[in-house]
Amino acid sequence: MPYKLKKEKEPPKLAKGTAKPSSSGKDGGGENADEPQPQPQPQPQPPSSNKRPSNSTPPPTQLSKIKYSGGPQIVKKERRQSSSRFNLSKNRELQKLPALKDSPTQEREELFIQKLRQCCVLFDFVSDPLSDLKFKEVKRAGLNEMVEYITHSRDVVTEAIYPEAVTMFSVNLFRTLPPSSNPTGAEFDPEEDEPTLEAAWPHLQLVYEFFLRFLESPDFQPNIAKKYIDQKFVLALLDLFDSEDPRERDFLKTILHRIYGKFLGLRAYIRRQINHIFYRFIYETEHHNGIAELLEILGSIINGFALPLKEEHKMFLIRVLLPLHKVKSLSVYHPQLAYCVVQFLEKESSLTEPVIVGLLKFWPKTHSPKEVMFLNELEEILDVIEPSEFSKVMEPLFRQLAKCVSSPHFQVAERALYYWNNEYIMSLISDNAARVLPIMFPALYRNSKSHWNKTIHGLIYNALKLFMEMNQKLFDDCTQQYKAEKQKGRFRMKEREEMWQKIEELARLNPQYPMFRAPPPLPPVYSMETETPTAEDIQLLKRTVETEAVQMLKDIKKEKVLLRRKSELPQDVYTIKALEAHKRAEEFLTASQEAL
Amino acid sequence: MAGAAGPGTGPGAAGGDGDDSLYPIAVLIDELRNEDVQLRLNSIKKLSTIALALGVERTRTELLPFLTDTIYDEDEVLLALAEQLGNFTGLVGGPDFAHCLLPPLESLATVEETVVRDKAVESLRQISQEHTPVALEAHFVPLVKRLASGDWFTSRTSACGLFSVCYPRASNAVKAEIRQHFRSLCSDDTPMVRRAAASKLGEFAKVLELDSVKSEIVPLFTNLASDEQDSVRLLAVEACVSIAQLLSQEDLEALVMPTLRQAAEDKSWRVRYMVADKFSELQKAVGPKITLNDLIPAFQNLLKDCEAEVRAAAAHKVKELCENLPAEGRETIIMNQILPFIKELVSDTNQHVKSALASVIMGLSTILGKENTIEHLLPLFLAQLKDECPEVRLNIISNLDCVNEVIGIRQLSQSLLPAIVELAEDAKWRVRLAIIEYMPLLAGQLGMEFFDEKLNSLCMAWLVDHVYAIREAATNNLMKLVQKFGTEWAQNTIVPKVLVMANDPNYLHRMTTLFCINVLSEACGQEITTKQMLPIVLKMAGDQVANVRFNVAKSLQKIGPILDTDALQEEVKPVLQKLGQDEDMDVKYFAQEAISAVAQRLRKLDCSAKASEEPSARGADKNHFLRPRGPGEDTGKGPAHQLHGNTRDTLAQLEIAELVHFSQSGD
Repeated sequence: MPYKLKKEKEPPKLAKGTAKPSSSGKDGGGENADEPQPQPQPQPQPPSSNKRPSNSTPPPTQLSKIKYSGGPQIVKKERRQSSSRFNLSKNRELQKLPALKDSPTQEREELFIQKLRQCCVLFDFVSDPLSDLKFKEVKRAGLNEMVEYITHSRDVVTEAIYPEAVTMFSVNLFRTLPPSSNPTGAEFDPEEDEPTLEAAWPHLQLVYEFFLRFLESPDFQPNIAKKYIDQKFVLALLDLFDSEDPRERDFLKTILHRIYGKFLGLRAYIRRQINHIFYRFIYETEHHNGIAELLEILGSIINGFALPLKEEHKMFLIRVLLPLHKVKSLSVYHPQLAYCVVQFLEKESSLTEPVIVGLLKFWPKTHSPKEVMFLNELEEILDVIEPSEFSKVMEPLFRQLAKCVSSPHFQVAERALYYWNNEYIMSLISDNAARVLPIMFPALYRNSKSHWNKTIHGLIYNALKLFMEMNQKLFDDCTQQYKAEKQKGRFRMKEREEMWQKIEELARLNPQYPMFRAPPPLPPVYSMETETPTAEDIQLLKRTVETEAVQMLKDIKKEKVLLRRKSELPQDVYTIKALEAHKRAEEFLTASQEAL
Repeated sequence: MAGAAGPGTGPGAAGGDGDDSLYPIAVLIDELRNEDVQLRLNSIKKLSTIALALGVERTRTELLPFLTDTIYDEDEVLLALAEQLGNFTGLVGGPDFAHCLLPPLESLATVEETVVRDKAVESLRQISQEHTPVALEAHFVPLVKRLASGDWFTSRTSACGLFSVCYPRASNAVKAEIRQHFRSLCSDDTPMVRRAAASKLGEFAKVLELDSVKSEIVPLFTNLASDEQDSVRLLAVEACVSIAQLLSQEDLEALVMPTLRQAAEDKSWRVRYMVADKFSELQKAVGPKITLNDLIPAFQNLLKDCEAEVRAAAAHKVKELCENLPAEGRETIIMNQILPFIKELVSDTNQHVKSALASVIMGLSTILGKENTIEHLLPLFLAQLKDECPEVRLNIISNLDCVNEVIGIRQLSQSLLPAIVELAEDAKWRVRLAIIEYMPLLAGQLGMEFFDEKLNSLCMAWLVDHVYAIREAATNNLMKLVQKFGTEWAQNTIVPKVLVMANDPNYLHRMTTLFCINVLSEACGQEITTKQMLPIVLKMAGDQVANVRFNVAKSLQKIGPILDTDALQEEVKPVLQKLGQDEDMDVKYFAQEAISAVAQRLRKLDCSAKASEEPSARGADKNHFLRPRGPGEDTGKGPAHQLHGNTRDTLAQLEIAELVHFSQSGD
């Protein structure tokens, strides 16, 4: 389960209980300390009396999603590389030009331009990797030199350089991405499969590097650049986010983030185009490699939104971010998505209700790992929820949690029951016990006996004990009510059948009846349970609750890392090394402040 | 009508106080409030029942407004609703009232979930046909316009699918408006909408007047085909097929071909792939002349495209392309303009390309005739038969019938054999499985003699494969071979070898004998089954492995129908009864099953003589079959087994014993 893996490196999820009065501090508060926070806090969080500060940066996307210790490592015959058709240049014989630093200052601009033009020559890295070795080296060295040059020299980004630099970037990078090639034959699975790496990376890397330095150069003037870095450019850039190579997406992410930061005129356009990518991903293809990176950028954008939020941004949350929860490869981008959602809620708590309603709407029905992710995210949301918002959503919310607690999949039940260790959530429940307990009690009680998994029993007893301590009287009422409900349940089922029977009779009187033959009678919904608790049961329950729950508390801390992989695919050493060797331009994206 | 029913005797919980006329809707409302999605879904699926109970008028005035206003539910429920409403015209009072169904469907056509929207559009299309022309203009067209100018892209995409159904029956003024709306959707800002419009462009073109096609559709087509998103451009290729069918050759050349040529060389491989994939349709649509001038050169390029995906798609179309060429001059065109490119593909670097080619290349032999096949195609077949990729070889072998008709399979047999042998021993079991499936076909084409000499041993070797799926396929293969070559052949070549395996030290192989007998007995007939197979099966009843024993029981049940009364009474029954007291519970279970099956069979054989005995006995038997087998049954205790021991003699007793047995163990 990639989520868990990521979790380890991700900045601490909204650290538990730093501001809440009732915080448990169960995470020891030390989580924050060992997280690198290289960039300065861009802006103080809006002051809020009882909300805890969340992270100022979105969780970075992992470069390699696969944990490389599992499967056997092999060197594959075919390298996992591909490249789309670059229109290879006809004349690929490059002359080595003199070094920039050795030439007279007044000739440098001209030489720089010459070098940039030289780098527009494209080479073949796929069908014949050994071709043009000498000229490839000329280009590589040229790019390297220019990266150095633009980083360390001042006043070299002159007006004449802009079109040349943008053209060089476009020629090298804007291309149709190749079809995804998965050697195992099946469709590329972003959660499991190794990515195919870009064969031309030795050059592309430097082109990206150069362009990033170009954008970040102190001499860089967006006003001049906006003639060249326009909507068309951005659209082509966004197309590349579907690249299978994580190193390429990493560069793209940083570059787009810079462009968003520097070109105010392009911001709305960029957001709109990203939305289109998301719509297509959600409603048409369910396949895109760069969702996590795009969400990471959006996370930093949302972080910088001015208050009050614009309607457009709220629509984005409801119509894009929430539906993103429904795609089956959610695990690939869930940390970034959850970050974005929580950012919104921290900005404006009145959005909590639609968000939770949305999550409940998209709640997974059969995909249990995804359900665990939902539970993770929901807890993050509950961590920052306002008590007034809580009371608006608690009924549907706890009806869902009751289902999760009853899930036959023990990881789901377990994750849901961990909520009872969250003191803020417990305080919210306690304040609303009269409405929450009656919803939760039947699920807890039923599974305290019938769940197959021992760990779950312990957690359930723990939860029941907390309820009991919360309000003894209410607990007893719930027990009584549970008994009564159970007896009524069967009666109701009979009632329902009779109701439909009657409608069926009415329908038969209609002369059209034979034409609209009703569907065959549906099988009644059976309840799996057979016993009803007796008074003794309840006494027994109370006693067991005490003993079992105590025992459970001891074990509860050892949260195991649950790891599940569909299969052990052999992994390619080359791919692993290549990914490990990649250095990020920036570990975290900073917030892009919204122009007011 | 609904009032005909008296006041409800049932619980009035849902119905409100005594007002029985509200009852059906109240029930629905109540049910739709239930927490359980399955219950809500069930209620929606019974919507027609509710409508029938209400009658047409109240369905219109009460049920539909309720559905329109209040329904907000899980997509699953909405999908069911969208589907139901498509068939609702009769329930609201026929075509005159069909427009009542539009409001709920309109809101369903705007939801976010694609499946629901698509279903709503499908239902709307269905209902549009039931509208009168007046109602269509009064109600349906305004709905399309509303959707087409909706704020959210979902409603605009849904609108795209509705233009072609309302256009033909609209008046000229309205037609112009409809076209205008469609035009604006084709240049919508959202790519999703442009894609939806592009995918309906062809359909819409078909219902337009020819002039409008030329003046309006063609420019739209040209624009979409040069859209900035390749996902839009590739849909234009599909539309091209429909548009091309509508235009004359000259218009085609002037209006469509430039765009199509451009698409075939698009910088995105997805667009080129689409051209390759739709090639046969395009070829038919543009006619032979343009095909020769334009499409063939384009096809050559696709066959040597730099993306394997495109080459593979083109390779798939080779046969169809050749078939559809005009008969006159076809051979020359293929020989000079297609074949050279095919030769290249035989040694392509990508295995998908090669295997795509291998799946169609054999079809060329019928088109090119005997001589060309021998001279030009045969070397290619032979090369592919030696290809390193098993799928390529397999595709060649699976299409041998085409070549067989033209040059006879003998030409190939020398190369065929090593290829088959290699596939038969391939490390991947799926490859072995695939070649087994072609064995009967190969046997038919190669003849018995060749088969016995070269392939028989392979077929027998599969029986002891270490993968069960292969052993299973191998047994089925034997049955098909027997059907082909006859029982005599079976008796001489197959049966002895199968029966020898009954003594194999590996119990899996012993079971294979039983599985073979299961399928072979019918093909071989009573005599061989009784004389050769039955003794072996009966002997295996004493096997030390329980799996073998209960498979004996199963086999006996299987071959029972082939055996005669004597064999059943004298040989099968005693053995089954013995197995019925086996210490293993599975063996016992299957023995019981077999006993009752055999008993039934015997009764059938007997029935002409003693027809009167039957009815009661049959009842008993039925009960037995229906009884599910729960875990923990037949634990080996209890008196039932002794009963079996005492009642070996007559059939009637056997049956009584069973009744006793089950009544005792059932409580």
